[in-house]
Parts: sequence; C-alpha cells; structure tokens
Amino acid sequence: MSINATLIGQMIWFAIFIWITMKYVWPPLQKAMADRQQQIADGLAAAERGKHDLELAAKRSADALREAKDRANGITAEADKQARQIIEDAKEAAKVEAEKVYNAKMAELEQEAERARSALRERVAELAVAGAEKILRREVNAGAHAEMLTALKQEL
Amino acid sequence: MSAAAHGEPLTATTYITHHLTNLTVGSGFWTLHLDTFLISGILGLVVFGAMAAVAGKATSGVPKGWQNFFELVLSFVNQQVKDTYHGKDPIVAPLAITIFVWVFVLNAMDLIPVDFMPQAAHLVGVEYLKMVPTTDPNHTFAMSITVFLIMIWMNFKVKGFGGFMHEVFSAPFGPKLAPVNFIFRVIEDIAKPISLSLRLFGNMYAGEMVFILIALLGVWQLPLALPWALFHILIITLQAFVFMMLTIVYMSMASESH
Repeated sequence: MSINATLIGQMIWFAIFIWITMKYVWPPLQKAMADRQQQIADGLAAAERGKHDLELAAKRSADALREAKDRANGITAEADKQARQIIEDAKEAAKVEAEKVYNAKMAELEQEAERARSALRERVAELAVAGAEKILRREVNAGAHAEMLTALKQEL
Repeated sequence: MSAAAHGEPLTATTYITHHLTNLTVGSGFWTLHLDTFLISGILGLVVFGAMAAVAGKATSGVPKGWQNFFELVLSFVNQQVKDTYHGKDPIVAPLAITIFVWVFVLNAMDLIPVDFMPQAAHLVGVEYLKMVPTTDPNHTFAMSITVFLIMIWMNFKVKGFGGFMHEVFSAPFGPKLAPVNFIFRVIEDIAKPISLSLRLFGNMYAGEMVFILIALLGVWQLPLALPWALFHILIITLQAFVFMMLTIVYMSMASESH
C-alpha cells in the first residue's frame, strides 16, 4: 500500500473515461434530452393553442347564433307589422268600397224615387183632371181650360 | 475464511493481510497494482462503453430501457452541475458524470462477498486480489490529482495568467500581504485533492475492513454481513456523490473571480 506507478495508470484510465464521456456519452444523450424537452414544450404549446382556438370558435358560434336569433326576431316583427298593415289597408279599402257602393245605391234610389214622384205627379194631375172632369162635366170644356191645367201641372 | 496463501498457518492477521495485499508487477516506484489497474479499467470500459453505445442510438422520442436509466443518472448529475456551477465550460458535466459513475461502480465491488473473487483468483493461480480499486490510495489520488490539474487549468483558462496570479497573491488580505496570501492559497489548493482522495479512500478502506472482520466471525458473519452490506450501499452512493459534488464545487470556485 504505497504510492507508485499505479497512480499514473489510474490517471490515464481516468483521462480516457472522461474523454469517452465527453465525446460519446454526454453530447448525444444531452441532445436527445434537450430535443425531447423541446418536443414536449411544442406539444404543450400546440395543445394550448388548440384549446384557445376551440374557445374562439365557441365564442364565434355563439355570436353567430345570437345574431341569427336577432335577425329572425327582426324579420318576425317586420312580418307582423306588414300583416297588420295589410289588414289595415284591406279594411280601409273595404270601407271605401262599401261607401262607394252605398253612395251609388243611394243615388239610384234617389233617382227611382224622383221617377216615382214625377210619375205620381203625372198621375195626380190626371186624377185631378179626371176629378175635375167628373165635377165639371157639364160646364168645363177640357179644351178651353187646357192652358190653366198645364200651368197647374207645372206648379206641382 | 479462505485457505491461507503459501502454506503459512492461517491466523486472523495473515487472513487480513492477505486480503489487503495488491497483486503487483514491477518493483520500487515502477510497481503496478495489476488488480487495481485491471478491475478499474475493465469495469470502466464496460460501463462507459455501454453508455456510449446507448448514447449512440439515443432517440429523442420515448426513451426505453438502458437509455432511460442512463438519462436518469445523467440528468441527476447534470442537475447538480447546473445548481452549483454557473460557468460555461463543457468539461464540467462530463467530468462529474465520469466521477460519479466510475466511483460508484468501483465502490460497488465492495458488495461482492470478500472471499469470492480472491478464492476464484486463487483457483486460477493468482495469489493476491484486491477487489475494490477505491481502497487503493493510488486510485483515489490519481482521480483527485487529475481533478486538481483540471482545476488549475480552468483557473488559467477563465481568469487568464494575470487574473489568476492577481487572485493568488491578493486574496483574501489584499496585495500588501502578498506572501501570506500566496501561502494561504497554496495550502488551500493542496488540501483540496488530499481531502478529496483521502475521504474516499478512508471510507472505502474502512468499509472493506469491516467486511473482512465480519468474515472472520465464523457463523456469526451470517446475521452481520447483510446489514453491513445494506448500510454500505448508502456509503457507496454517498461517497460517489460527495466526490462528484466537491469536484463541481472546486470547478465552480476555479471559474469565479473573487
């Protein structure tokens, strides 16, 4: 148990093993570990990005849904308004038409009445003449009094 | 208890001595502890070779099997490096990984029952075999001195020659007490590799010693060896971690100016 040449031999071994580790063990394994770390980091980042994208898509779809609902509501309201308008218009038109028909009928009736009245007038005059004829059979000449009768008819 | 070597009468002392003797070639300073050298080298080649093979086929997709395991170890060590060392030098993380893995594997040889490998070696004619390279101070000093050299090199690299010299001679008491500063700095830096290597060596040597003493107890070793082995798992991991951690701290200190 003394210090001797073994010391030099062991130093040579040690140097050889340091060299092997430095050249053939450490760099490839370190590279593999660093690469794997990078891959894992990338994977996690991608997952995070995917999650974020999903959130965005969900938000977008909710927005689209809300917008569509709003538009549908708008359309329904518009349609309601239009329907009411149409009914209103129809009512208006019907009223106008009814008035027109009523007025026309009224005018017709008026005319009819007028005609009847004038016919009646004719008949009254005739009756008056007939009455008068009967009363005045003897003393009144129809021919002589025609002028007076016409004037009377005019007056009626 | 194993059969004694060279036919000497088997006593506790010879048994322990036998277990603590390295297999050597050469003489004087040029003695080589073959067991330390070969076991640490072969185990290192197997482990780091396996890691390099797995790393070569590493995928950035879902990791499987060994890649998963090595990535676990590497990211654990790398976390310590990141928490402590704020420089940029690409040598620090591989250095820390090498230290942690190598020291852990060599320490783990302690868990092989103390007589298995020496007995097996004995059968093929090898007389001595010390199974745990980290119980050899040559090994721990080799590692700590290498760390020390890298630390000095990093000082020069980060601060430049002028900056490093300025720090050595002017911290902590200012330029007027330059010699005192210099002596302090030398003591501080020399203490680093010594404490680093002696801590690991002491812990592993003591642990191994306890295993050997337990093995001497005859039938009583049965209830004792397992708890000590379980406890030793903690020491093995802890010592590997401490060596690695202190190395990172020294590197961090070398790359930061005062």
